Amino acid sequence: MPATTARGAALQGRLFDAGVAALLTGFLGIPFVGLTTVDVGGRLAVQTRWDWLIVLVAIAFGGRLAFRLLFERRECSGLRPAGPHASVSSSGLRWARHAGAWAVVVAVVLPIAFHDNRYIVDTATTILIYVMLGWGLNVVVGLAGLLDLGYVAFYAVGAYSYALLATQFGFSFWICLPVAGLFAATFGVVLGYPTLRLRGDYLAIVTLGFGEIIRLILLNWTELTNGPNGIGSIPRPTLLGHAFAPPGDMITVAGALGIEYAPWHRTVFLYLLILALALLTNLFVLRMRKLPIGRAWEAMREDEIACRALGINVTRVKLAAFALGAMLGGFAGVFFAARQGFISPESFTFSESAVILAIVVLGGSGSQFGVVLATCILVLLPELGRQFSEYRMLLFGAAMVAIMVWKPGGLLSRREPTLTAARSDTSASSVAARRTA
Amino acid sequence: MSPVKPPLLDVRDLTMRFGGVTAIDGLSFTARGREITSIIGPNGAGKTTLFNCLTGFYLPTSGAVTLNHPERGALRLDGMPSHALARSARVLRTFQNIRLFPGMTVLENLVVAQHNELQRASACSIAGLLGLTRYTRAEDRAIHQAHALLRRFDLGHVADVPAGALAYGVQRRVEIARAMAAGPRLLCLDEPAAGLNPRESASLNDLLLSLISEEGIAVLLVEHDMSVVMKVSQHVVVLNYGRKIAEGTPDQVQNDPHVISAYLGEPVEPVEEPLAEEPSAEEPSAEEAAL
Repeated sequence: MPATTARGAALQGRLFDAGVAALLTGFLGIPFVGLTTVDVGGRLAVQTRWDWLIVLVAIAFGGRLAFRLLFERRECSGLRPAGPHASVSSSGLRWARHAGAWAVVVAVVLPIAFHDNRYIVDTATTILIYVMLGWGLNVVVGLAGLLDLGYVAFYAVGAYSYALLATQFGFSFWICLPVAGLFAATFGVVLGYPTLRLRGDYLAIVTLGFGEIIRLILLNWTELTNGPNGIGSIPRPTLLGHAFAPPGDMITVAGALGIEYAPWHRTVFLYLLILALALLTNLFVLRMRKLPIGRAWEAMREDEIACRALGINVTRVKLAAFALGAMLGGFAGVFFAARQGFISPESFTFSESAVILAIVVLGGSGSQFGVVLATCILVLLPELGRQFSEYRMLLFGAAMVAIMVWKPGGLLSRREPTLTAARSDTSASSVAARRTA
Repeated sequence: MSPVKPPLLDVRDLTMRFGGVTAIDGLSFTARGREITSIIGPNGAGKTTLFNCLTGFYLPTSGAVTLNHPERGALRLDGMPSHALARSARVLRTFQNIRLFPGMTVLENLVVAQHNELQRASACSIAGLLGLTRYTRAEDRAIHQAHALLRRFDLGHVADVPAGALAYGVQRRVEIARAMAAGPRLLCLDEPAAGLNPRESASLNDLLLSLISEEGIAVLLVEHDMSVVMKVSQHVVVLNYGRKIAEGTPDQVQNDPHVISAYLGEPVEPVEEPLAEEPSAEEPSAEEAAL
């Protein structure tokens, strides 16, 4: 009897939980999905889409319930970690994992819901570029603890690499992506090498200078970069060799698929492309963090001298952080150039570096999900504040100050351990069991 | 213990100058395997400078430091960078002011100490990224070793606690455990008993003795707490103003007139059993008075 009541209570809890998720979705969905603007004879009018909203709420309810059921079954099969510290960390972890999963779901569903709303898809694409840059910089600043004020330099190297390789030599986006990444990584090492002995403020000044040097080179080396006029008509990314274009003499994606061409195909494709790139970046960084090199980054952030005393080659660890961070920035730069179709040194000013750094710091150094939250705030605030015209930067500044007052460590400053005793002990003993068996 | 065995560590005419200050002046001594060699001396005698020279943090002005490695023969330690020294000569150290990775858990601290083996197994992170068994096995082994050390140092219950959140005495133990995780041949402990209460320093004694008898490592100990030094060390080297003023067994050193004058700052008087059985109370205060 008690077992069935317990199961009943658990089911009730899950239903309640799913209900809360559905309610939240409904609440958030009213402005996002429930209301939409349409063009009525040159004037904007608000229309409702309650049917969409109901579908969305139903998906949220069902999805949440299924997620809970799946998740708990897996939890039950493993041993629960013991001790107060372990339980606190695992509950924090579960929250972050859920939020992350929800964010991915929203990000995937977004272009389907808003494919005809170019403004939303474009803004979301911009957010994802900054998320990717934030995740890249997070390796250098958040994990390795090296304050880098010139991160935009690697973004610029990636963007110009693609622009020049594509316009001068006709290389495709997919070939240029790894090449430009390697290029940016090389620049990362070039910057990292002379700064190995510097830390904190001094490192920040040198990296700031490096960012400016790159920008000034782009501005003044007119033969190569076309100076302040920038590089135009950069080819857009293709899908399996087919371009997103109105039907012409070449086979286009729409032609190959046998569907009617619509301009939103390309914007949504670009959005999905940067989403995939960003998610890959995230998986890569999360995985790296749990590898020896990632632990060494964090150890170096905590105490460089202790690292040396333990036999860790700090030089290599630092250069690896610079190179990887730069490579990820370079990838983002390639995408940026391909999306804009036009780049000039104007896009790579110090304020970009500052925004990316602000994203990392505001998000909570080292926290992947915090970066997403911070990017949403930093990109959306100026967008939402457009009606305040010139006061919007004031609003932006006030919001930054407010966050730093209430959350001085960043939005999510909790550090998750890369391994815990309970989990590793059971895995180690299971390995031992497997070996003896 | 047998004097026939070649010494593990051989320090010859080591000199370290900082501008006009000579912190270590022509120092020579040896340390044998499976023994605890203590280095004592009043504040400013050059003990920590000596440690920094031995572990590659300072480049000695002149002199030679040689480690007799069982497999690789005589290794010159002077001039080797600190990380290479820890990795290939396996000379590990702790710090006078504890240097843990405070934000990382105790378990992570011990796994970071095994970085080099893990990094090799992860093949520039590629095997690690792909989750190949070659890496996962190595990681399991590293975690296993970390757990074994945690149990041994009685730290199992704090494995998941950030190291910086622990009490001072526990942090000292974590630092020694972390150095042990890196697999030392020679372990240099810089004042491991500083800030410990008498009970904690007594358990430190037992720990140090068990380390040399069971793990077969050598320990070089800089310590002010004479209750630790005199009970555990087989060999004591006394420094003053960068020079060696005495050397020998704890008993020999305690009765050496130079040592007494260095600590008490007085010319040699008839010795009336000065630092016989419980010197711990007088010793640190006496040397502070000497400064």
